[in-house]
Amino acid sequence: MTIGLTHYLSVAAILFTLGVMGIILNRKNIIVILMSVELILLSVNINLVAFSSFLGDLTGQVFSLFILTVAAAEAAIGLAILVTYYRNRGTIAVEDINVLKG
Amino acid sequence: MVAAAFFYLFSTLMIASAFMVIAARNPVHSVLFLILAFVNASGLFILLGAEFLAMILVVVYVGAVAVLFLFVVMMLDVDFAELKQGFLQYLPIGALIGIMVAIELVLVMTGWVTSDAAIASASAPAPDDVSNTAALGRVLYTKHFYFFQAAGLVLLTAMIGAIVLTLSHKPDVKRQNIADQNARDRKTAVELKKAPSRAGV
Repeated sequence: MTIGLTHYLSVAAILFTLGVMGIILNRKNIIVILMSVELILLSVNINLVAFSSFLGDLTGQVFSLFILTVAAAEAAIGLAILVTYYRNRGTIAVEDINVLKG
Repeated sequence: MVAAAFFYLFSTLMIASAFMVIAARNPVHSVLFLILAFVNASGLFILLGAEFLAMILVVVYVGAVAVLFLFVVMMLDVDFAELKQGFLQYLPIGALIGIMVAIELVLVMTGWVTSDAAIASASAPAPDDVSNTAALGRVLYTKHFYFFQAAGLVLLTAMIGAIVLTLSHKPDVKRQNIADQNARDRKTAVELKKAPSRAGV
């Protein structure tokens, strides 16, 4: 019973699906939406690292490193916007964010 | 055999905790399950031989990003039970889209083959004589140097953006004014008083 590439791809696919479902199911709670985005990025990272490991090419791991960078930046900016929004409005309900509409 | 057992352990725990991230009632529990998912993912990375990324995942995600989430969740005084409403309302469409995405991924996963040319054209073959960290450094600082610099710029932008967005100047907080401090001279800073002799102050 050897663990092949397909096993890792299946795990990443399940994780990706869970992340997409999390975005839809928690549409009111933007914190959980941000966490679901992190889950999706993690599943992409697992895909890249699995291919990199099984094909013997390090480029996948380098790209995974860049994805980690972008994910960290995204989380920091997203949470900063969230804190500013909460300071202004006193709530974080995503459905109320329509003040920018013309 | 041991590797297979650990693969199933890590992946089962990771998927279970990812499920709890989107299903937990309390967002603090969601963040803690997110941390568990990341730790298990780093275990999977170690099984794949990517030790450096596994450690980075623990340091950056668990140590920085997840703790940032934890701080924000605990700082905001929000009624999360109210935000949880509509979970069941969105369940049918969410399950539908999830199943569709899963079917697409299964179709992709079962229908692909590796081209020999793709393996032959590996742009950075993993060397056998050095550790994963050293090999990654050899590629990252030479071949992908400009991407590395761009990643640094992205992080700098994120840092400046987060500080600019959240920094608030309150009027009643005293702050250091360096120009005022440097503009002080002896006339404004020191006052000489003549105390009478043998009388005390």
